[in-house]
This record gives sequence, structure tokens and C-alpha cells, in this order.
Amino acid sequence: MTNSTKKPRNIRAQIGMVLNLDKCIGCHTCSVTCKNVWTSRKGVEYAWFNNVETKPGIGFPQQWENQDKWNGGWIRKEDGTLEPRQGGKLKSLRNIFGNPDLPEIDDYYEPFDFDYQHLHTAKESKNPPTARPYSVITGERMEKIEGGPNWEEILGTEFSSRSRDTNFDNIQKEMYGEFENTFMMYLPRLCEHCLNPTCVAACPSGSIYKREEDGIVLIDQDKCRGWRMCVSACPYKKIYYNWETGKSEKCTFCYPRIEAGEPTVCSETCVGRIRYLGVLLYDADRIEAAASCENEQDLYQQQLDIFLNPFDEEVIAEARAAGIPESWLTAAQESPVYKMAIDWKVAFPLHPEFRTLPMVWYVPPLSPIQSAAENDQIGMDGDIPDVRSLRIPVQYLANLLTAGKEEPVVLGLERMLAMRAYMRSLTVDGVVNLEVLERVGLSQSQVEEMYRYMAIANYEDRFVIPTSHREYASSTFDAYGEQGGCGFSFGSGCSSGNTETNLFGGNSKPQRTGGIPIKIPIKVEPVR
Amino acid sequence: MDYLNTLLFGYYPYIAISVFFIGSLARYDRDQYTWRTGSSQFLRAKELRLGSNLFHIGILLLFVGHFVGLLTPPAVYHALGLSTSAKQLLAVVAGGVFGSVCLRGILILIRRRLTDPRIRATSSRMDIFILLLIGVQLALGLMTLPISIYHYDGANMLLLSEWAQRIVTFRSGAAEQLGEIGTLFKVHLFLGQTLFLIFPFSRLVHVWSVPLGYVSRPYQVVRRR
Repeated sequence: MTNSTKKPRNIRAQIGMVLNLDKCIGCHTCSVTCKNVWTSRKGVEYAWFNNVETKPGIGFPQQWENQDKWNGGWIRKEDGTLEPRQGGKLKSLRNIFGNPDLPEIDDYYEPFDFDYQHLHTAKESKNPPTARPYSVITGERMEKIEGGPNWEEILGTEFSSRSRDTNFDNIQKEMYGEFENTFMMYLPRLCEHCLNPTCVAACPSGSIYKREEDGIVLIDQDKCRGWRMCVSACPYKKIYYNWETGKSEKCTFCYPRIEAGEPTVCSETCVGRIRYLGVLLYDADRIEAAASCENEQDLYQQQLDIFLNPFDEEVIAEARAAGIPESWLTAAQESPVYKMAIDWKVAFPLHPEFRTLPMVWYVPPLSPIQSAAENDQIGMDGDIPDVRSLRIPVQYLANLLTAGKEEPVVLGLERMLAMRAYMRSLTVDGVVNLEVLERVGLSQSQVEEMYRYMAIANYEDRFVIPTSHREYASSTFDAYGEQGGCGFSFGSGCSSGNTETNLFGGNSKPQRTGGIPIKIPIKVEPVR
Repeated sequence: MDYLNTLLFGYYPYIAISVFFIGSLARYDRDQYTWRTGSSQFLRAKELRLGSNLFHIGILLLFVGHFVGLLTPPAVYHALGLSTSAKQLLAVVAGGVFGSVCLRGILILIRRRLTDPRIRATSSRMDIFILLLIGVQLALGLMTLPISIYHYDGANMLLLSEWAQRIVTFRSGAAEQLGEIGTLFKVHLFLGQTLFLIFPFSRLVHVWSVPLGYVSRPYQVVRRR
């Protein structure tokens, strides 16, 4: 990075996330708190901006990873350029009257509730009353619930169904259906806030956008027209169509919290302390070249190369010139995401082969091995167990995280094992075991920091989020632009836009009138 | 009768068109959150793709046909070598073909909307009303075809287009053109104007949002603060 003739970089900052799957206990606290905050509304009962899947499994919605079925993400054409796999612009417009790749609500599940009121109103009878399920779409009784947001919880459903998981590609999977060889892990999922998002590219209205200052991908609810191309374009199936409002919705990365320097709800409430939030600096001009590299197994490395070293003086100077606030540069240097993804290389992108350059990364889980290793049941490789004989096949993790390339995942797992071995000999035997570090290419200071971030995981280390700097936006530089503004509004200028009746068929917004504090839309009652 | 004729075909067109434009503008300005296609494909994909494609292709071509057919002055198509009766034949054939395509589509959509429990439960009254209105309007339009074939000289067509052209150019005597025209045509005209009138209050507003700009836009959208 010393030559002076190179092209100026287009430096941007993004808040990324890392999830340490090694510590995820699958408690779904993230999903539930997210649901309570964002999607406990009519039309999105089925939507989980954050959900936790048990792997191996086909996931939620069903088989979301199988792009032969859903055509999500990008495809590299023969001329080397990228195009949404579901089709380019003209094909999208041709399909606008009926999207052939759109999932149906049954690919998620029919949202249901239980008729709890019956428990109160039932007449005296021989058998105790029950609360039976009903569909919240039609209000009709459902005789059988066919699916749910986590239908495969702890390896639920039969192996023949679960093993349709595409991460089993190139693996002799039959043996993993046997009880003795079975394995499982949890995969919490949210919007990846990609650098090269297909949802944005597929939106005919241009209503989905990436925020320049922090990389959060949002849907402008006023501009969304419900063409629903984004739902099918997202390979992670993390855009949800609100069947009540006719608009698409997605994870907002809790941007109001992020702007205030607070972690997202899912991160804040994670009881396992598995989530990390931090700033990454990247060169936006390199996105296209990286995303369209020929071999999909190179995508992980290509994406790593986009990120810039926040300690590099040149990078700092250019970032300053690009208007990135000082607090963001400091945050980039202290970023746990930078440390885990780029410095230690223990975190990996989810399915880089979709070519969207995702920004929510994962530390692969170790399988329970130490005791078995000591009983000579699996091979030891020096002080650390041989990761290739872990209960979870490395190829499976590689299919999930590096487009099938095993080496980076092996190194990541070995580094985590080396950290354990190093700390064990330090605290139990009082010996500094440098040999084990040398083998995996870590320095003593790195491994001690790894231990601090990954094992202790203090709140301040996990979440390094600079507050947003509105004063840097030129239009509001002197704050006079805000003078006479109307603060919070529903997008109708300074008018509340509220009327008793709505001419245009939408639901009137809840408002205070008379003696009843808030009008709540009447819930659909089950048909009896 | 004269009074009703003047009201429905002399004044009503201006009321309908005014509401159409001002209402659309007001909704776009005030309530964009309600401005959407209202697609129900997500709740039930079965038959939707076929029905929706046939309906949309049919109705768009019918709209273009009516627009061009009604508003092209006779001098223009005569200059292009098209006689009045040839234009009449063209209108009947094109209207018949596109109308049949659209009818096949809308029948699927109507049946689906009325009988599928999910779609029925999530439909607003306006959703059902507008679909049925278009259905009835389409049927009326198709029913005028035999009459038009019988009057192959194109006399009816000339009267109708003269009416339309007088309306859009603010000339007097528009309603008088329709004094002798059949009731079927009059009902079709009345419902057609009514469609414009209720357009801003229905899901039809998505027609304004045809995403043609998508073709020339770069794939990625980044917003600055």
C-alpha cells in the first residue's frame, strides 16, 4: 500500500455483526425480543427479522439456501458481469404481474393464534375446554398446524426431510442420520446488510437503499409499491412481504438504536453474549470486482480484501477526507468485528457464493470433542484435537461459510482450539505454551485478546458503536435546516395526516380521541 | 332524458377526470404508504400468475386501443390510408382478441378473490368492488362487438370518438353526439368514466407507478444523509 499512483479509494464505513456460533445455546431470546419490538403486527405475524435455525435442516423459509429452487442472489454471466439470478431488469419487468420465484406464505407457515377466550367462556362440560388454533389470516380454525418458524428445533422432523439441507453437498450424508453420528448446531439469522445486496438491485421502484454512513439496508415504506421482486431476489429470504399493508419489510438493524450508539435488540438481549457489533472500513469501488470474481471459492478472500486496515495512516487520512467522523475511525480500530473477521480470521461470511458480500459473519462452532479425544476416540494433532475429526464435518461448515473451501474454516477452528490449549496450560499448568500458537500463526497478544473478546466477552468489547453524526450532513450542518421542522411525523409533512375516515383505503393510524386512549384495530375472531 | 344525457356525457366526464387527477395527486402527496399494488400472490400463488398475466396484458392493450382509437381524428387515419370501416374492423378484431384474453384472466381473478378463503378474508370492499366493476365493464364492452360488426360502416365509432375528442378538447356539443347511440354503449361509457372517478380511491393507483425508470437505473442504490 505504498505506491502513490494507485486509484483513490472510495472509503465507506459499515457497522457489521459477528455471531459466535460456538457459544450459541439456541434459546431464541434474540428472535423473541426482535419479534416483540418489530413484527408483532398484523400482516407480519409470520415474519421473523431474526430467527434461529437448528442445523442441519432446511431452515426458514423452507430450503431458503437452495437457489436452484428460489433463484435468489446473483449469478455470474459468461461475460463476467453479475445479474440477479432471478433475471435482469427486463426479465423482472416481464414477470411483474406474477413473480415465478416468489415464495408463498406456506413456505414460511400459516400464522396462527390460539382461541384462548374459549377457556374463559366455555360452558360447564365433561371435558376441560381447550384453546384450539386458528389462522390469523382467515380467522378459521386450523385442524392441524403444518409448520412454524422453527419447525426443525433440536433436529425435529425426520432425517430425510432435514437432509435436504444444501450444506450437505459433497458429503456422504447418510451416516449423519444415524443416532451415533448425528450432529447439530444453531444458526441465528438476520438480514446480512450486504455490500452488494440483490434486494436493492431487484427493486423496480428503487425503494430499497443502503445508507452511505453505516451500511444499513432499509426499505422506504412510502416508496415501496409491492412489486415483491426483493422477496425472491434476497438469497437469505430476509425480506418479508406484509400481506396486510402490501409492502415489503425487513430487519432494520435497529437503526434508531445504532444511531444512538446502542446495540441492536437481538445483540443486546443475547444471553450467550455471542453477538459483536463494530465498524469496518471498506473500499466501495472494489465491490463489483470482488463480487464478480470467477471462482466462488475465492469470494471469501475477495471480500476480505475489500476491507481496509483502520491503523494504516493512508487509510485514516483518506477516510477523514471522505468525511468519516473521527469517532468512527477510533471505533474502526477498536472494532471487534475487524479483529475476528480480518485480524484473527475466525469469523466467516454466510454463504459467500450468493455473491452479495454479506456483512453478518459467523464464528463456526466447535463440536464437543475434548473428553472424547482424551479417550483416544478421535485423533489428536499435537496439543489440539484434529479438527477434521470433529463431530460436525468441516466440509459442512465450509459449505455454509466459505463456498465449500475447507482451509479457512480449518484454520479458524484450529485457532479457537489453540486458544483453549494455550489458556489451559497457562491457568492450569502455569506454562506459556508458545508452540501451540506458532502452529496456528497467532501471537501471544493476539490470543490473549481473543480470549478476552471471545471467552470473557465484556459488553464494552462486544459492542463498539459510534453514535451517528448528523452534524456532518451538509444540509443540517448549522442546524438551521432543522428549524421549524416537525419532529416525528408519519411522512405527511408537518400535518399529522390523520383523519377519522381514510379515503384511500389504508388503516387509519391509531390516535387519541375522547375517552378511549388508543384505538386498536379489532382482531379477527375465530369462526366457531 | 336530454338532461340525463347532458349530465352523464357532458359534465360527468369532467367530474371524473378532475377527481382522477386531483385525487391521485392528493393520495400521492398525503398517503403514499397506501400506494401499492396490493398483490395477493404471496397468500395464494395458485392460478394467480396465469390470471394476473392474462388480465394485465389484456387490459393494458385494451386501454391503449381505446386511447388511440377514440382520440385519433378521422383525418389522421384517413391520411394513413385507413378507411373508416377498416378502422372499425381493426377495432372489433383487436378489441375482441384483447378482450377475450382479459376476460379469461379476470374470470380467474374474480373466482379466486371470491372463493379462496385467504384472499376473501384479506380483501377490502374496494378490492372486490373494483374487480367486479372492471369485469362488468369488460363484459359490456365485449357485448358491443356484435353491434359493431352489424354496423360495419363505423357510424357508431365515429360518434363515440367525436364525443371523446370534443370532451378532451373542451368543445361544446359532446353529449349531443350520443343522443342516438345504443343503451349498451351508454352504460359502457358511464362505467368507464366511473372507473376514472374511483381510480384514486382504489388499488388502481399502482398504474401510475409503472417502474419504467428501473431499466435505466444502476442496480445499487445508496442514499446519503
